[in-house]
Amino acid sequence: MSDSATILREPWPNIERQRYGAAFGIWIFLVTEMLFFGALFLNYAVNRSLHPEAFRIASHETDIVYGTANTLILLTSSLVMTLAERVAAANWRRLALTCLIVTASLGLAFLVVKGFEYSDDLSKGLLPGPNFALEPPSTQLFWGLYWIMTVVHAIHLTVGIGLVVWLSVLIARRVVPLGTTASEVISLYWHFVDVIWLTVYALIYLPGVA
Amino acid sequence: MTDTTLEFAPAAEPLEKNYLNEETTLWSWLTTTDHKRIGILYTLSITFFFFIGGLAIGVVRLELMTPHADIVSAEAYNRLFSLHGIIMVWFFLVPSIPTTLGNFLVPMMIGAHDVAFPRLNLLSWYLFMLGALFTLYVLIAGGVDTGWTFYTPLSTSYATGHVAAAAAGVFVAGFSTIATGVNFVATIHMLRAPGMTWFRLPLFVWSMYAVSLVMLLATPVLAMTLLLIFAERVFGMPVFDPAQGGDPLLFQHLFWFYSHPAVYIMILPAMGVVSEIFTCFARRRIFGYTFMVYALLAIAVVGFMVWGHHMFVAGQSALADLVFSFLSFIVAVPSAIKVFNWTATLYRGQISFEAPMLYAMGFLALFTLGGLTGLHLASVPLDIHLHDTYFVIAHFHFIMVGGTVSAFLGGIHYWWPKFTGRMYPESWARFAAITMSIGFITTFLPQYVMGYAGMPRRYQIYLPQFQIYHVISSVGAMILAVAYIMPLLYLGWSLLYGRRAGSNPWGATGLEWQTSSPPPKENFHGTPRVVEGPYVYHDAETASGSEQAAPRPQGAHR
Repeated sequence: MSDSATILREPWPNIERQRYGAAFGIWIFLVTEMLFFGALFLNYAVNRSLHPEAFRIASHETDIVYGTANTLILLTSSLVMTLAERVAAANWRRLALTCLIVTASLGLAFLVVKGFEYSDDLSKGLLPGPNFALEPPSTQLFWGLYWIMTVVHAIHLTVGIGLVVWLSVLIARRVVPLGTTASEVISLYWHFVDVIWLTVYALIYLPGVA
Repeated sequence: MTDTTLEFAPAAEPLEKNYLNEETTLWSWLTTTDHKRIGILYTLSITFFFFIGGLAIGVVRLELMTPHADIVSAEAYNRLFSLHGIIMVWFFLVPSIPTTLGNFLVPMMIGAHDVAFPRLNLLSWYLFMLGALFTLYVLIAGGVDTGWTFYTPLSTSYATGHVAAAAAGVFVAGFSTIATGVNFVATIHMLRAPGMTWFRLPLFVWSMYAVSLVMLLATPVLAMTLLLIFAERVFGMPVFDPAQGGDPLLFQHLFWFYSHPAVYIMILPAMGVVSEIFTCFARRRIFGYTFMVYALLAIAVVGFMVWGHHMFVAGQSALADLVFSFLSFIVAVPSAIKVFNWTATLYRGQISFEAPMLYAMGFLALFTLGGLTGLHLASVPLDIHLHDTYFVIAHFHFIMVGGTVSAFLGGIHYWWPKFTGRMYPESWARFAAITMSIGFITTFLPQYVMGYAGMPRRYQIYLPQFQIYHVISSVGAMILAVAYIMPLLYLGWSLLYGRRAGSNPWGATGLEWQTSSPPPKENFHGTPRVVEGPYVYHDAETASGSEQAAPRPQGAHR
């Protein structure tokens, strides 16, 4: 019931072409996402080269424990997402659904950990503004980028969680078949958000312990 | 002519059902996934914004009739030209040709039934409208005074207007651009009809492909840049704030990394449109098809490497100035190739001067002038003199209005019979096309002169010796306004009373002319097969071509 059951939509001539097209489309979109985050990373690179000392001081204040925990959570979620794909290909419906739910839950867990980390950051006065805890002023640049990067990433992740939940509900209600084109698209997006996190992790948490 | 080049399932008798009358409720329009209807929705939306943006600059031109402040305050003046820029760039020029003509024609020209992702296409229109709502909010709430460029720290720390809402509007509209780009690239890669190889694509499709690449690679950078402005202004995140060690020049780099390629987002589609028009009304194959294709792609690629020429006086290193200057000269080469090839296409053609051709001719002249003055600005020493003067204003209006708007209107007239099934009134259209060229030149030629003489841009109060140029320019703007209102009236009239066009009134080649007008919902009856390249207006062997040129259809025009 996997491939043949996918609905053929206008304007595609056949299912294979449609699947290929959907994957092609999401890859193009991911390229634009790379440039979206690329502008942010460029900003980081320029400011870090202008203020290396301030960035060293500021990055010491990030909490590597939260960061590492979240990295592990997201990497596991990507693994489970891939499992979901494979299991769906073998037509193991129940297990595939479980994998999708675990993926979404891990995403949620990431956000919870991030929430605890945010509240720690706030209590340490690490939100840029008049009451900012660190000196010199350019440490605020690092923390400004910290908040923007992690929030933008968290928004992407939230969208990802929403998509995975939506997909599981549709599959559970048998609105769409297992292994539908959408699951490949959503999976690619999920992995991409994961890769972005790895970059953010390297830029934000690792300099502090180097 | 074209009957021999394309084989079809036999078309049905005069079609009662077409994409316009299949369903007629408003709901059916708002939920449509038909690329043709989405093209129409976009056309209506951007036309609305075009006139809002035009109105804003109309007041500015009126104000500039005298060297003193007369009708608006300095603050209001800043807000008017900012609104003009923001609306014209993001809510008219960038979406103009791709979302209207492109949406309608790309699938038809390659023989597809729709774009690759029809629902994404509809989403793109809704995103555009959401961005438009933000902009309307800004308009009603009192405007924004940063200019369209949102330079920091003015936009983040000092400007009093609604910068955040304006940035949000452009941000959201940016995603509609990205959606369109994704759709076009996927469509052109994956949905070409059997036999429609890459080098048989009409140049309009190639231009849509090139512009989609630019949209996809540039727009997200602008989105992030605006997001950073938003974060700094609304949430107090120091990003570009020099007080915290931030770098305002970095903003300019990021902004122009989008906004220079954005110029090519505006002009590449126009190049595609005039390539179709010139070949049709000169009854000629395009001269140097392959060169035209590679020139489009070269402009798209090199266009990404010239943004620094906006920053010659911003404190860039001398080396950066040199490199950006050199690359800016380089990007003129493919544009020049295109101008030569269009001219060579006309050579020994059987030219006739219907309205689309007049607009295309206007494009050729004005684009060439605008392009050549671009070389002045690409040269560092001259730019230091000309930077931020009316010379710059005149230069980019020659490209964007003389070039893009001419081509847009030319395209609208050329494909109007296909969109609506009706002919527009030819004499009125010719009159409007000529009026536009006259009005345009009257408006912007004096701006070159006063700019060279030192009149700075964005000034409400100026030295009295510039008044004569401003008065001429304002009079030109009035003529231009008439030229823009005319098509609105007679095209509206032709919707109801225009002569029935028939499927191919211009005797043009190209798949879009091989189906009925207006086309059926699924574009073609059956899947078209393509056995020849585009523009087969005469045999390839006959170099002169004029004797063997395809005959014009009788009675459709003249």
